[in-house]
Amino acid sequence: MYVAVKGGERAIENAHRLLAHKRRGDQSVAEISLDQISEQLGLAVDRVMSEGSLYDRELAALAIKQARGDLIEAIFLVRAFRATLPRFGTSEPVDTGAMQVQRRVSATFKDIPGGQILGPTFDYTHRLLDPSLAQGVVPQVPSTAEASTAPTPRVTDILGRDGLIESSPEAEDGASVGDLTREPLNFPADRDLRLQNLARGDEGFLLAMGYSTQRGYGRNHPFVGEIRFGEVEVEFLAEEVGFAVPLGAIELTECQMVNQFKGSATEAPCFTRGYGLAFGQSERKTMSMALVDRALRARELGEEVRAPAQDEEFVMSHSDNVQATGFVEHLKLPHYVDFQSELGLLRKLRQEFAEANTPDAMKEAAE
Amino acid sequence: MDQVTQHNNQQAQRKAAMAVLAHAEAGEIAARLRNFTLPAHQDLRAPENGLVMLRGRIGGDGAPFNLGEATVSRAAVRLASGEVGFGYTLGRDGEKARLIALCDALVQSRDFGGLVERGVIAPLREQLMVRRRQAAEETAATKVDFYTMVRGEG
Repeated sequence: MYVAVKGGERAIENAHRLLAHKRRGDQSVAEISLDQISEQLGLAVDRVMSEGSLYDRELAALAIKQARGDLIEAIFLVRAFRATLPRFGTSEPVDTGAMQVQRRVSATFKDIPGGQILGPTFDYTHRLLDPSLAQGVVPQVPSTAEASTAPTPRVTDILGRDGLIESSPEAEDGASVGDLTREPLNFPADRDLRLQNLARGDEGFLLAMGYSTQRGYGRNHPFVGEIRFGEVEVEFLAEEVGFAVPLGAIELTECQMVNQFKGSATEAPCFTRGYGLAFGQSERKTMSMALVDRALRARELGEEVRAPAQDEEFVMSHSDNVQATGFVEHLKLPHYVDFQSELGLLRKLRQEFAEANTPDAMKEAAE
Repeated sequence: MDQVTQHNNQQAQRKAAMAVLAHAEAGEIAARLRNFTLPAHQDLRAPENGLVMLRGRIGGDGAPFNLGEATVSRAAVRLASGEVGFGYTLGRDGEKARLIALCDALVQSRDFGGLVERGVIAPLREQLMVRRRQAAEETAATKVDFYTMVRGEG
């Protein structure tokens, strides 16, 4: 139970003024702009968009600035903003196969149609701090090469042609697509809802869950079939217009995890899959998501459910960092009356204990 | 040409124009439109911001799922001659949505269709292609060519 505190209003107002002052920091240092955040802290923006579950670079940058770089606070701000806007509808499903690829690697095949493309990556850097960045540097102009017009099919589509990998589940006729922003979560949850939950889930949580499967808690022998990052076009079927209207492009990262086999007396063995998809360049997030997606398919694939990453109620109930931080952080709000009743109970118990342990009582008990 | 084919052609043309306009900045569209005298028009629906739930597919090609939302701005414009245009774009730039709606109405107009295609859409498409080509060439330079490495070693 929360209790009003007299005089709190002014203190709160002053605390927020002080926060605004601290947010700005030393005023002899130039103020950071939203463009600077969006352009130079792009991966932070990507994470806030993914977990805020709202694709809007400018809003994510504003949230990061307002939250002083606290990304979970920024995600919270974005989620709250989202609730103020009406929803026009749902897009046509994006086609990641038609992605304008900026990066695309496979750990399973070295020669893939369209090639392996490293793109802008931290991979193979030496992770040494670069003092030149402290001064401000003009980077070299990117190298160029003749652009290929060859298509870049998904690696899983290539494996699928030979039947070596299970095909993706088809939509059932007339089945609606689950939306956890509209209906409360119920278990067991279908894979569409699980993927929506994971897509907005906390990267750190998913990373730990994915890692736990690698360490043996729900092992499923993963290989990165493919990671791709780039732009995909979005279309929205606007009834008033009468056709699917192009809205522009968004950046997405997709991870196709290829996992160990399933098969039965009637079905030839084939690889199984886990899937990850997120806004922006979010490689660690989509890899973790794909590992956890695969682990959560344990029941469907007839595997024993023993590890936390295989337990959908555990994973889905704890993946959302806005929910999690809300419940953890509410502990710091005034709980004076609750605590008073606990205190009263404890005093009573201590008194009973003391009475039971007076020298007379002890003696009585000994006899 | 029968009516259905004509309708489909116009729809394809409108969609192609929208696909270009959605990638342009409001200022770029406005600057191109300033080059000609526009017919009288009015807002049929003032620009409004909202959300569209973006969908992906399980495994990339399977059943759809909800990935997360995006901000979208939309507007509708009617020319004095009756054509109604719609504008939709990612983001919250209402002016851009209005300009796209205006262009969509113009694309449908007998008198302005050709003009807006040549004066607005075509140059913006060219600009988009140049940008894409540049990005594709930078990306291509990071392609790992295993065959070349093998030859180099031999």
